[in-house]
Amino acid sequence: MIINHPLLGPCDAQEFTYLGDARLIDRPDGMAGGAEDAFYDYAYLRDNPAGEHRELWFHEQGDRSWLVVTRNTVTHEITSVELARDVARKQGRGV
Amino acid sequence: MRYSGFKILKEALSGHKGWTPAWRNPDPKPHYDIVIIGGGGHGLATAHYLASKFSQCNVAVLEKGWIGGGNVGRNTTIIRSNYLLDGNEPFYEFSLKLWEGLEQDLNYNAMVSQRGILNLIHSDAQRDAFIRRGNGMILHGAGAELLSADQVRREYPFLNFDDARFPIKGGLAQRRGGTVRHDAVAWGYARAADSRGVDIIQNCEVTGFRIENGTCLGVETTRGFIGAGKVGVAVAGNSSRVMAQAGMRLPIESHVLQAFVTEGLKPVLPGVITFGAGHFYCSQSDKGGLVFGGDIDGYNSYAQRGNLPVIEDVAEGGMALFPGLGRVRLLRMWGGVMDMSMDGSPIIDRTHIDGLYFNGGWCYGGFKATPASGWCFAHLLATDTPHDVAKAYRFDRFRRGRMIDEKGMGAQPNLH
Repeated sequence: MIINHPLLGPCDAQEFTYLGDARLIDRPDGMAGGAEDAFYDYAYLRDNPAGEHRELWFHEQGDRSWLVVTRNTVTHEITSVELARDVARKQGRGV
Repeated sequence: MRYSGFKILKEALSGHKGWTPAWRNPDPKPHYDIVIIGGGGHGLATAHYLASKFSQCNVAVLEKGWIGGGNVGRNTTIIRSNYLLDGNEPFYEFSLKLWEGLEQDLNYNAMVSQRGILNLIHSDAQRDAFIRRGNGMILHGAGAELLSADQVRREYPFLNFDDARFPIKGGLAQRRGGTVRHDAVAWGYARAADSRGVDIIQNCEVTGFRIENGTCLGVETTRGFIGAGKVGVAVAGNSSRVMAQAGMRLPIESHVLQAFVTEGLKPVLPGVITFGAGHFYCSQSDKGGLVFGGDIDGYNSYAQRGNLPVIEDVAEGGMALFPGLGRVRLLRMWGGVMDMSMDGSPIIDRTHIDGLYFNGGWCYGGFKATPASGWCFAHLLATDTPHDVAKAYRFDRFRRGRMIDEKGMGAQPNLH
């Protein structure tokens, strides 16, 4: 698979390490009410769809950036690649 | 129709005209006591044990494709019970005992071959870990034998003992481990269940559950609604997709694991060998092909095909251990879709929906578990209580922190 890195252009997927569902960006607040349930959900449960899946890839052998890749789990077609940083900022996180 | 030497002789002398199909091909009835979704090894084994051990014969097995076309036909056929943890080892030992009596139980030649499995040791730390595991196995009656490098060399003289990175320092053997003809497992269970009245319904995909007031009343399928007193889901690989239809999220991701087979060779590998340090395992089939595999491809996938980098990685692992492999041609390779659970262990449990039961999360170890999985799931479906050896395989173990983390790798499925 070729991942079209937003900064570096097309890169072989072998340069990356896979983490899983992109929802892992949304770490729950440990101090909020219901944190126990939120963390159980966050750590263990997965949607695991057959089809479009947003997931985190780490460019370990490249620029060490984290990407959010939208990929089809049936055809392995990649339709969008974003910097995880930009995704988190859009959600109002970080500075 | 029972198979026997006499029957074979009689048919041989009369033109083989008396053989009948091994199972019927019935239309679904409107209602069953128990409906099992998934006509793979585990689903068919569940049906067989429900009928033969728990007197539940008003049972249907629904399969979206054809019997034997899923993971039971896409694995590397190894059976073993060389586990360590309390929640696991008794279960797999129960399974191995069932394998040992399988052919008599089913009246079917499943080619159960206890040729032995050998886990190779490459470092002092690995030896310590394997001694501990071997002691665990012996305590559970599974048997284990620690071999020195010289003993391993006598049995497998062609392995690369002096590899700079992973020299072979010995091995942990389980002589009762081995291989089974995987297709015959599906066919044998299907035939045995069918002979007791279980309906095996092929080309019948489940498209939804009918759930009212928290109770599951049956399943919607491509062949209409089928009512059920209880519904058991045993569709590992597609567990998340099927259970999503009941509104459940699981601690599971689907990943592809590849397997490979070479051209047929004369007998060269007496047993099963595993190279845990490099992640490669290999056995020789009865047809002569070397059957081997390694790691999962590393990302969520429902495609029953693998990627090239993992082929290269497995081949490298194989060559490092077994240099003679370099002269052998690869005949074919294939990928199976696995439920990778968050601790690497399976789930056999009731769900929060009355009448809906789940069996899945087998990671890439489902084949060896087939008989015990079927028996324990049948036990759960018939009695509503977990079988003694499957008590640890509950949904709530993640929430309660009682995970069965056999590999010590934590809650991240892509690490197993």
